[in-house]
Amino acid sequence: MNITDIKKAFPIFTHHPDLIYLDSAATALKPAVVIASEQAYYEQCSTNIARGIYPLAEQTTTAFEESRATVARFIGARTPEEVIFTAGTTASLNLTADLLASRITKEDNIVTTALEHHSNFLPWKELAKRNKAELRIVPVTETGTLHLEALKKLVDNHTKIVAFSATSNVLGTINPVSEIIRIIRSLNKETVIIVDAAQAVGHIPVDVVAWDADFIAFSGHKLFGPTGVGVLFGKQTLLNQLSPVAFGGGMVLDACALETLYKDAPARFEAGTPNIAGIIGLGAAITFIESIGVAEIHAHETKLARYACQALQKAFGDDIRILAAKNPEDQSSIVSFTLTGAHPHDTAQLLGEHNICVRAGLQCAAPLHEALNLSATTRLSFSIYNTEHDIDLLITRLKEIRTIL
Amino acid sequence: MSSIYQDIILDHYRNPRNHGTIAHPTHQAKALNASCGDKLQMDIIIKNDIILDVKFSGVGCAISQAAASLLTETVAKKPVTEVLVLEPQDVLTLLGVPLSPSRIKCALLSLETLKKTLNSQKTA
Repeated sequence: MNITDIKKAFPIFTHHPDLIYLDSAATALKPAVVIASEQAYYEQCSTNIARGIYPLAEQTTTAFEESRATVARFIGARTPEEVIFTAGTTASLNLTADLLASRITKEDNIVTTALEHHSNFLPWKELAKRNKAELRIVPVTETGTLHLEALKKLVDNHTKIVAFSATSNVLGTINPVSEIIRIIRSLNKETVIIVDAAQAVGHIPVDVVAWDADFIAFSGHKLFGPTGVGVLFGKQTLLNQLSPVAFGGGMVLDACALETLYKDAPARFEAGTPNIAGIIGLGAAITFIESIGVAEIHAHETKLARYACQALQKAFGDDIRILAAKNPEDQSSIVSFTLTGAHPHDTAQLLGEHNICVRAGLQCAAPLHEALNLSATTRLSFSIYNTEHDIDLLITRLKEIRTIL
Repeated sequence: MSSIYQDIILDHYRNPRNHGTIAHPTHQAKALNASCGDKLQMDIIIKNDIILDVKFSGVGCAISQAAASLLTETVAKKPVTEVLVLEPQDVLTLLGVPLSPSRIKCALLSLETLKKTLNSQKTA
């Protein structure tokens, strides 16, 4: 992978040549091919999907469904019908909670973990509260991995849902998804398993059949795609047993019948006109990723993450607390830290004055910060357009910041 | 470089005035900035509607700590009625630097905590 060429693919570097963007876990930068695909739709097609029968409308429907097929192929789905388009990971997870809500009674429990982003924590907390079910939270170990022994004790005959993330958005730890799912299935075959893959898809190879999850949620904008677009993968056998929760155009077969007849998945869960341009853009983003290769992206990102851990440790010694995976093979593209004498907000603000973009605060993961006894952290997240030089510059500026504060 | 880290802010951050707790406050409250995790507590002694003593404690960035320091300095020995009408702009004026919307929240945590404390039930 040639970084100089990669940077040329992202127009933002033309506008901000000195930009050091270390916040790709919040949202990835957009390559020209993605922007062009959205613009081409608006300029050349600009029609609705699955409705008109004139050529332009059919062209849009074809492009739209090609995106669905691209997503399905990319994550190893059995069929494109397992791919539901949503507004993002948060929308996907909330939709899942709504789809499963009628199955949850006060005898049941829902299991989530202390490692989660709020979007894979609050929907389950709310669902448990509404249905008077019990919310169980898998703790993290001192090293920030999921406590699998505790998980084994928490899943029982009354566990209707287990929701966990493939990659932590704070620590960058890649969870052993297949192993966790095997454990859950061995304890309760009926449990519906949901994986938040927002920080995993595009960063590590994802094969939904190998994972064996019932639902998988991720966003388009974190994999170089447009904002406002996401995916909910669902096992086809399960999807067609579930009733829709949003109603309107495009999802119904017989609206006049006494008992309304709905289309099969995914249409039954996609009422209304979707973000067509965004979904076409997501297809272009995945094609862009495939042209580089997920394995290559993963190797580049983890190399940077490891370099950052070593360089930060060397530069700041006992003054830095690095939050990352303990085993290098479990490390993704994310590394967080706290630095004595430099509050994350001040750090991020002062780095920003030098065009270095990092995330500061609770990273939408308050339960994890509480579990690790942290008030706030600074997060670095790497992508294909970053280099070791970016990390060297970051460290130079961090040293300066500590003399200012 | 247009830094918000001016001398007055750094001075109050490094050497905060009124930092700590009061053994027997008449009023006490805490507030939280949910996006960054900053926590602030204020302990106050009010007598005859005058703020006799005020102290703050907690964790926070330079802006939130400096704002708390400057604000407590300003309100000490003042009548409660005078302090209750303080507005966000008054705190920003004390800091004297232009802040972006996300950092304004850091600065205003002190005012929120102060008003919450003044409006809290008497503890002693």
